[in-house]
Amino acid sequence: MGLTLAEKIIANAAGRDSVKPGEIVTCRVDLAMMHDSGGPRRVAPILERLNAKVWDLEKVVVITDHYVPAVDAESAAILDLTRKWVKANDVPRFHDMEGICHVVLQENGHLSPGMFVVGGDSHSPSGGAAGCFMFGVGATDMAGVLVTGETWIKVPGTIGIRWNGRLGDGVSAKDMMLAACARLGMGGGDYQVIEYFGETISDLSMPERLTLCNMAAELGAQTGIIAADQSTADYIQAAGGVSGAFETWCGDDDARYLDVHDFNADELAPQVAIPHSPANSASVEKSAGQRVDQAYIGACTGAKLEDLQMAARVLEGNKVSSSTRLLIAPASTRTTAEAAADGTLATLTAAGAILMPSGCGACAGYGAGVLAEGEVCIASTARNFKGRMGPTNSDVYLASPYTVAAAAIAGEIADPREFLS
Amino acid sequence: MSIPRGRAWLFDNDVDTDVLAPGLYMKGPMEEMARHCLESVNPDFAANVEAGDIILAGSNFGIGSSREQAAQVLTMLGIGAVVAKSFGGIFYRNALNFGLLAVTSQADLQVAAGDVVSVDGVAGIVTNELTAKTFSCDPVPEHLMAMVAAGGLVPHLEQRLNAEREAN
Repeated sequence: MGLTLAEKIIANAAGRDSVKPGEIVTCRVDLAMMHDSGGPRRVAPILERLNAKVWDLEKVVVITDHYVPAVDAESAAILDLTRKWVKANDVPRFHDMEGICHVVLQENGHLSPGMFVVGGDSHSPSGGAAGCFMFGVGATDMAGVLVTGETWIKVPGTIGIRWNGRLGDGVSAKDMMLAACARLGMGGGDYQVIEYFGETISDLSMPERLTLCNMAAELGAQTGIIAADQSTADYIQAAGGVSGAFETWCGDDDARYLDVHDFNADELAPQVAIPHSPANSASVEKSAGQRVDQAYIGACTGAKLEDLQMAARVLEGNKVSSSTRLLIAPASTRTTAEAAADGTLATLTAAGAILMPSGCGACAGYGAGVLAEGEVCIASTARNFKGRMGPTNSDVYLASPYTVAAAAIAGEIADPREFLS
Repeated sequence: MSIPRGRAWLFDNDVDTDVLAPGLYMKGPMEEMARHCLESVNPDFAANVEAGDIILAGSNFGIGSSREQAAQVLTMLGIGAVVAKSFGGIFYRNALNFGLLAVTSQADLQVAAGDVVSVDGVAGIVTNELTAKTFSCDPVPEHLMAMVAAGGLVPHLEQRLNAEREAN
């Protein structure tokens, strides 16, 4: 019996020829990524208790993104602790205030196809876009990895999501994921692996693939993954990383999938998820006319360069409605620089968008841009759980950057295709 | 490790992390949260559970958030093992990492609430000691059982590192 891509990576990391879903194996970890919230401040006390050092500093990446920039004494202290820990331990790869960890990790070429990676964040499945097996772990698990360089795993099965057809103009990876959340539900991933494939996926850029893998978390999967192809390799090399023998990191022809769900991109309309779950997604017309107090373009899934370019296409020559506000927090400082260089930022700010620092920010209810009681926000983020962006009686609708930009112009949820020429 | 043995508490499918570790008590001390563990599905549980008791549940036990407290609170209450048809993935990791034996079993467990049961995670056997009937469960590999026996990942690492240091 053949192996799926995820099974192949796990078997390799476990030093085995083969693994079967359900069995428990111990894997060598190729890379461990931590951020300021779940990283040093949580793992350092455990390392101290154990009087242990990090197993291999070359395999650790630390990124500050949750509490940046500091807004109060507490967040400043967390960042200070993080920086001091990095310095004291001589961690070579530290990205301080450069953007959201999942995006920064890929922008810097830290991930290669076939790697077995753990991340201290629930959206760690993002790494699957580079053809890695990357999943989120808690602080206790992370401390164990830092001490031993290993972790145990119950081998997950693989569920296929196959997309065929071409996305229409004004429709993006975020719409694909919201549609998948609606059909499979938030438990549909069953802590298995979601592997995406099909012609639509092959046509997607790496940042768009990141959005798909990232939101495998919203399906309740352990992770998401996409087999690397030439565009993956090109992206990784351009980022200064190593793409290696990427062709070998794919599933066998006779690999066993628990299930394969088929979707058609030709028919896909822009999607909007109503509060309080990504699974409450439907075509934009179902929520058209809903008033919005705030439109937010931010987060790892919604504010990469391409996301900003989508918003700029809608906003070009238009103005943000006086009845709402549009906040844009580019996913990374590199995104900001690139968007400044290609004119995207000028289009956004001319339309009345307010630029914010790069970080997790309002998406997770941490930084600037949180909501007031009873307010309604439409956001290009990944989650709209109750109270995530502010008080429990505030509402978050999820949509693509196209649709968020359209709502900012109209002051209410609207079909972005009406604004594209 | 010694084989957990205690009275059975029965639960249905989909006992989620909010039921185990209610968000309302998240900011308070763990002891306070423990008093409310599982109260929305069985108000008598927290007050009457005894050290060594065993939870038998349906599918998706511990689904929901990644909060480690959901597993921690069961160890605080002295739960000896949880046997379920399936577990929420992150809860399952957290349970073993906190020294709580969690095993899956697809068997039709003929156990009534309060029956004394034992769970042999290595052999993969659940025994109803009242009726002497045995049922199969999926065995847990020995190296993970060693971690569970040590009280979880951190104490296990502590033992391992201390042993290595003494050897050197």
